[in-house]
Amino acid sequence: MAPAKQKNEKDYDDIPGTYVFDADRSRQGYHLNMFCMSLMKAENRKAFKADEAKYLDQFPLTPDQREAILKRQYNRMLELGGNIYFTAKLGATDGHPFQHLAALMTGSTQQDYADLMLRGGRSVEGNRSRSGRFEPKKAKPKSASKGKKRRG
Amino acid sequence: MARIIAGVTSSHVPAIGAAIDNHRTGEPYWQRVFEGFERSKEWIAEAKPDVVIGVYNDHASAFSVEIIPTFALGTAAEFPIADEGWGPRPVPAVKGHPELAAHIAQSVILDEFDLTLCNKMEVDHGLTVPLNLMFGTPKEWPCPVIPLAVNVVQYPPPTGHRCFMLGKAIRKAVESYPEDLKVVIFGTGGMSHQISGQRAGLINSKFDHAFLNDLTKNPKKLTRLSHLELMREAGAEGVEMVMWLIMRGALDDKVDEVYRFYTVPASNTAVGHIILENRIKASKKSSSKKPVAKIKRAAARQKIQRIRS
Repeated sequence: MAPAKQKNEKDYDDIPGTYVFDADRSRQGYHLNMFCMSLMKAENRKAFKADEAKYLDQFPLTPDQREAILKRQYNRMLELGGNIYFTAKLGATDGHPFQHLAALMTGSTQQDYADLMLRGGRSVEGNRSRSGRFEPKKAKPKSASKGKKRRG
Repeated sequence: MARIIAGVTSSHVPAIGAAIDNHRTGEPYWQRVFEGFERSKEWIAEAKPDVVIGVYNDHASAFSVEIIPTFALGTAAEFPIADEGWGPRPVPAVKGHPELAAHIAQSVILDEFDLTLCNKMEVDHGLTVPLNLMFGTPKEWPCPVIPLAVNVVQYPPPTGHRCFMLGKAIRKAVESYPEDLKVVIFGTGGMSHQISGQRAGLINSKFDHAFLNDLTKNPKKLTRLSHLELMREAGAEGVEMVMWLIMRGALDDKVDEVYRFYTVPASNTAVGHIILENRIKASKKSSSKKPVAKIKRAAARQKIQRIRS
């Protein structure tokens, strides 16, 4: 049995609205993510909240990364090498539930985002690829189901 | 000899942990999620595992971007609870099983799976939320837990096929451990979800149901899913479902699905939960009471499985 193979390393850039955190982004966003990591300690969270700009001086961030952090531009942080599991710590430091961040990233209000999730989430239809290559005949699902209810 | 009796998949959504910690499980929104695990709690109380192997991913808690191990096995006696930005979750520290963990490490590394071994590791919601869902909120977890952290944070995670084969190697390791132990293996995370970027909120229930069906009946099909397909169909973070294939690889080819639960949403995520039992189980009282012929048949079947893979 042959293992699954990726055809082209950056094939995933075709997925819309998605920043796949690969080794390139990890290198680019190293200090941004390490800043977020530092927020795991209560005393650091306090120091950051007391003087954000001063706290950020400890980290060799690019001006763009610094601006994105100060302005809480969560998509921009991802674009500049941030990873969501790290940037979520910044949201937690601000006292926000995760859906607040999700709303910011999707350009919606927290209530609208919560309602979208309650309706079953964002549909994959039309959201598979920028090029439209995978709509819809290459779709994976095979068993039809009502989706929301438990079985068994 | 030790034996894997069953596998469980469980969501590990952090908001589920927050709902437990903030006593909000009675709210209608959360009731819908927790009710789905009521039967599972009864099942595991009955199954009484001696050890749980918890396959999960660390969410920038024990591992930052400094060191990114693909497979990290916890060989410590105890794993403290990480502070993920809100203070550590108020759950008991996870006690390990260092002897069995060391045995697994040795066995699977000699089987060519190059694990990272951790004698010190904090564990986060990825591991503790599934423990809550299965065991509730006891003062101490009822059995030792061996954490196996899989990198799904930095692309690429290990392939589904690699995960499946690691599961087989873990099974072989467990079965060569001399002590009579009943082991249940958890595969955590999933199901479809994306929590990053403009596509956040993606859910694909059709894909999830097909995945659950194949997990029980045709797991090898799932080992051929590429990461690209998983991310496209199940969300960028849905790729973590490869971890379930470690659990599945550790079970018989043919298993009994004894329970399934699926709901949308828990916070940003589709919750998928399944319990799969191996057909030859350890006897509840003592494995020595099992008929010899049955054991021989089981052993023969296992040998065949290994050759086939």
